[in-house]
Amino acid sequence: MIAHDNEPRLMKGNEALAEAALRAGLQAYFGYPITPQSEVLEYLAAEGAGRGCIVLQAESELAAINMIFGASGAGARVMTSSSSPGISLMQEGLSYMASAQLPCLVVNVNRGGPGLGTIQPAQGDYFQATKGGGHGDYHLIVLAPSTVQEMADMVFEGFRLAESYRNPAMILADGALGQMMEKVILPKQGSLPIVPRPWATTGKPPTRERNIITSLFIQPEKMEQVNLILQEKYRRLQGEAQFEVLETDDAEILLVAYGLSARICQKAIELARVKGIKTGLLRPKTLYPFPSTALAERAETVEAILTVEMNAGQMVEDVKLAVNGRRPVQFFGRMGGMIPSPEEVLNQIEALAQGVALEAERS
Amino acid sequence: MGHVATSIDGMELVYERPRTLTDTPMHYCPGCGHGVVHRLLMEVVQEMGIQEKTVGVAPVGCSVFAYNYMDIDMQEAAHGRASAVATGIKRILPDRFVFSYQGDGDLAAIGTAETIHTVNRGENILVVFINNAIYGMTGGQMAPTTLLGMVTSTTPLGRDAAVMGFPLKMTELVAQLPGAYYVTRQSVHTATAVRKLKKAIRNSLEYQKRNKGTCFIEVVSNCPSGWKMTPKESNDWLEKNMFPLYPPGDLKVPRD
Ligand SMILES: Cc1ncc(C[n+]2csc(CCOP(=O)(O)OP(=O)(O)O)c2C)c(N)n1
Repeated sequence: MIAHDNEPRLMKGNEALAEAALRAGLQAYFGYPITPQSEVLEYLAAEGAGRGCIVLQAESELAAINMIFGASGAGARVMTSSSSPGISLMQEGLSYMASAQLPCLVVNVNRGGPGLGTIQPAQGDYFQATKGGGHGDYHLIVLAPSTVQEMADMVFEGFRLAESYRNPAMILADGALGQMMEKVILPKQGSLPIVPRPWATTGKPPTRERNIITSLFIQPEKMEQVNLILQEKYRRLQGEAQFEVLETDDAEILLVAYGLSARICQKAIELARVKGIKTGLLRPKTLYPFPSTALAERAETVEAILTVEMNAGQMVEDVKLAVNGRRPVQFFGRMGGMIPSPEEVLNQIEALAQGVALEAERS
Repeated sequence: MGHVATSIDGMELVYERPRTLTDTPMHYCPGCGHGVVHRLLMEVVQEMGIQEKTVGVAPVGCSVFAYNYMDIDMQEAAHGRASAVATGIKRILPDRFVFSYQGDGDLAAIGTAETIHTVNRGENILVVFINNAIYGMTGGQMAPTTLLGMVTSTTPLGRDAAVMGFPLKMTELVAQLPGAYYVTRQSVHTATAVRKLKKAIRNSLEYQKRNKGTCFIEVVSNCPSGWKMTPKESNDWLEKNMFPLYPPGDLKVPRD
């Protein structure tokens, strides 16, 4: 368990995350400015040097992720952060890191896209984050905070998962979580153990074979073996799926949402319950691994499911796979940096409740 | 390994594999410069006794398998990113000797930004730049360093400046940067050239101890297969055609 401070502080999400990273023993950060996450780089540039953390503003996100590659391979606890367009530039490097089995933490403070898009919050990078994003068969470990508190706590969880599974992990936040100020009780310095890295390239002593960090396995027989190792790792990872449920015990309608959308859903649930519609929420805290089993179980006890996202409908595909036709799954979302209002979600819940009632009358 | 003979059938052993090279046949084409440069690097590492403290970065290109031959810890970087990867390593391990080893496509096309900024930051690493004026690994396409008029698989009528621009003199560019400490251009096409390159490598690694900035060595090299020549022809061609544009010698030498 991670120990926390006694006193809360009022902080921006990006700053809480950066402070938590230092307390998690971050050894090196490489990044490039982009709104709405530049505070992470700025905070670390001011604080890092005095606290044993190397902080370097790279010439691009391409360079940043490859500096991360080198530093992780040299055995350090490393992090980078960016927002959507910059994360796109990092995809090649992340694919290489997944293949070379290098741990790191990447923070994506998601903004509206596609293209240069908007600096407003969005969840349009769900597919990119959870399905691989770069080339080849791989996954990132993806955590989705929905409060400033989680922006801090998930840094520790991200490092733990990345380092124990030797895989890049991502915190998939959004512009609102990065920018909003909230109370946060920060994790204490030094409460995250270091996983030994005998594979790191620190210089070859006579007592061991040379260490090679590579993603090149030119013989297909070998490349398949590496793939099998990765797939086995992803299977083991399924046990790490995390989620939170809210008012699901008597719920007839189940909302599924993560991050900022989940906060809006909480408000919508209050409004729906005032109107007598029994509504609950399942909030995935890990998007990869996705809490499919938990969702499948809850699906049995409700009448219908509504997925709410700040995109055109991405996580809903994983929801449908998990529910596997047991219940109808609907989707509601806003795109391009627009945030759904609780009232809009309520309208969807009401329509769904009416449909459920009609269906019940008919049968 | 282990016991090393000093004479065979009465003949004296005057040349042997340094311990820092693995006992692996190299995949390079006959006459290619890569193998010689690998050997020189590893000879210097052995002579300085720094095998335990050296970390190399292999590029994407013909020398992508450099780590099969060099008996040191190594990382294989994405195409063009070797100097960024080396930056990451060196920042974490400032007391290690770190080098990147890159072809002209890697260093002067897809990785130009990383090259310039790595040197401009004065990263305390050695950058070895193999300029063979061609993309060897992918089958002889035009490189940024390809000479005007030179025929490659993507310039079948010869490189035309109006279409393909001019050969990029990366080493001259890099020498302008304040972060560069030692910049030199060498070759491996003659025994004398080999000795000079070895000296340049040795100097660079000695300088690295002193944290003075980036050392950058261009090696004007041949590519017999890509140039469609015998090794001897390619070395003659190199001297006649490459040197006028890429003359060997120091471009920046330390003052202190
Ligand atoms: C992103 C990316 N683009 C293209 C390639 C294909 N590729 C591999 S090596 C190479 C060129 C290498 O040429 P150079 O750097 O001059 O080295 P050489 O092979 O001549 O030693 C290219 C284009 C790649 N591996 N990755």
